[in-house]
Amino acid sequence: MSKGIRGAEGRYGWAFVAPAIIIIGVFLVIPIALALYVSFSNWNGLGSPVGNSSLVGGANYSKVLIEPGLAQRDFGTSIRNNLYYVIIVVPVQTALALLLAVQVNRRILRGRGFFRTAFYFPSVTSSVAITTIFIFLFTASGAVNAILAWLGVNGPNWFADPSGVIHNLLAGVGVTKAPPALATPGPLGLAWWDWISGPSVAMCVLIILAIFTTSGTFMLLFLAALQNISGDIEEAALVDGAGSVRRFFSVTLPMMKPTLFTVLTLGLIGTWQVFDQIYLTGKGAPGKTLLTPAYLAYDTSFKGLNWGQGAAISFILFIIIVSLTLFQRWVLRDRDLGRSGARRAARAEKKLRHDAALGAQR
Amino acid sequence: MTSTIPAAARPAASTVLTPDEPRPMLYRRRHLSARVRTTAIFSYLVLVLLALLYIYPFLISISGSFKTDADATQNPLTLIPQTWTFAAFNRLFTSVPLLQWTANSAFITIVVTLCRVFFDSLAGYALSRLNFRGRGIVFAGVIAVMAVPGVVLLIPRFLILKELGLYNSFSGMILPLIIDAGGIFIMKQFFESIPVSIEEAARIDGAGIFRTFWSVVLPMARPALITLFILSFQGSWNEFSHFVISRQDPNLNTLTTGVASLTSGELGTGNQYPLKLAAAVLMSIPVAVLFFVFQRRLMNTTDGGEKG
Repeated sequence: MSKGIRGAEGRYGWAFVAPAIIIIGVFLVIPIALALYVSFSNWNGLGSPVGNSSLVGGANYSKVLIEPGLAQRDFGTSIRNNLYYVIIVVPVQTALALLLAVQVNRRILRGRGFFRTAFYFPSVTSSVAITTIFIFLFTASGAVNAILAWLGVNGPNWFADPSGVIHNLLAGVGVTKAPPALATPGPLGLAWWDWISGPSVAMCVLIILAIFTTSGTFMLLFLAALQNISGDIEEAALVDGAGSVRRFFSVTLPMMKPTLFTVLTLGLIGTWQVFDQIYLTGKGAPGKTLLTPAYLAYDTSFKGLNWGQGAAISFILFIIIVSLTLFQRWVLRDRDLGRSGARRAARAEKKLRHDAALGAQR
Repeated sequence: MTSTIPAAARPAASTVLTPDEPRPMLYRRRHLSARVRTTAIFSYLVLVLLALLYIYPFLISISGSFKTDADATQNPLTLIPQTWTFAAFNRLFTSVPLLQWTANSAFITIVVTLCRVFFDSLAGYALSRLNFRGRGIVFAGVIAVMAVPGVVLLIPRFLILKELGLYNSFSGMILPLIIDAGGIFIMKQFFESIPVSIEEAARIDGAGIFRTFWSVVLPMARPALITLFILSFQGSWNEFSHFVISRQDPNLNTLTTGVASLTSGELGTGNQYPLKLAAAVLMSIPVAVLFFVFQRRLMNTTDGGEKG
């Protein structure tokens, strides 16, 4: 004990975090730096990137983002596909999770445990197993089309159908070709008409799959939040004669705002990362309408051996997702009163008192 | 029908209304119970339908794995196979190396889970209790790492594994997974919630820092350790994308990559749904068992509503 207990704590402290620092350093920090280098290089996959490639500046990024060509069009397509996926999955899974949480939170409900288990179970199974099951459910002669047939609907050949849903709706009212206003080229090498295609029928299956597997997880988050709302408040609203719908929208929902926000951003972050399902359902087919940036990055690098471009796509995706994460942290910062929050609150209070004093004088 | 009146309504009757006006309360009570009953029936209906929607895919997958190829294709909805057959399972265990995939998955999952639980709690303990210079920076680093989305790590990880000569090896499949920043965070939060006095007593009694951690603190952290165990087990058993980029050798296939190769059609002719479904069902069993064993803990919000 020559250095005393503090000295020992210092040594042990570093020793305890050393494994974590080494693993994160070697398998996360250094690799990201390496990939960042590759994204600015012309490495062709042979040998080590260091020493077997030269820097090409932003060429890989501009090929994906600016220069017209196949690379840009594929990237644009993948962004469009993922955008529709996000726009539909995030609100629907959030609303469904909220509905499930409110339903299974009822005090008078019998078999709550059963229902919670049923809704949560899809969330724990592996993406491989659940995608396999969905491919079976949505084949041309599968279970879903069998149910649709009972209802007199001739179901589509889901996974083989590249037609966009909005295009199909427009075709229903007679618009089968791009009107002149939309035939113009839009961002990322895709015509505006292609941007408004909507998710393809095949993508709809993956959208349903995502909602099916994530609503249970988010249900649990909402359930925890619901149970933190004191019964007194609900009671007060009940006594005041608020109906259940009114109570939900005017009392429960506002109190769950932080959780709601967390679920929305977790959803946004997760939906930009679809990879497994794309890999399993045929690598972007049909008609590239299942291509997502995450899969495109993999495909460009591992199959196309265009490592620089693949890494560049990865980093663009990285920026999209990290900005969503930072956005969430920035908004939630005000909610839990950290040190700065407390200071801000104190300042606000002081100002209020000051104003009140001024008001009294006048 | 008194039991259907929400517990909340009863205390309210005595506290809010004065005793000399009981009539409106009685009226309101009956009115409420009728309303509560209709909403209850309605929500049961919705819930039962939804539950069916969530469970039925799993049920027909199980039954589908016992069907013949033709039966599974023609009658995808029926729960009872026309003729029961174990052909799919037979083939899985004979012509498909399912046992090898299972062994690989089990080995990787066990190593990853044990390492994660141990190293995450070591780091979490240091970050919550040990005073050392740079602790704040290390913790900020952990938080930053948590924000890195897994899917953008595919290319970087492949590059480093190639560079270190770990591509196509168990070490390359396992090492990148053995630390999980989220796990460190969970453990740190938990250690901060337990009183420091017990540790101090142990330290005064002469126990070293590691000994205090190992025999005093860790046993107290059982709930957090179990949570971390469940998350790590489920995460590494279901891991897919990392195994796609860290190996090529079919002998290193895990259940996820192996079944994926079946699903994305390396089977030759026909759709062979029973075989694929059987594989999907079998690979889900360990996680399902874990789920049912630790159900209460996974859904630890369960008892909250009972307090009324």
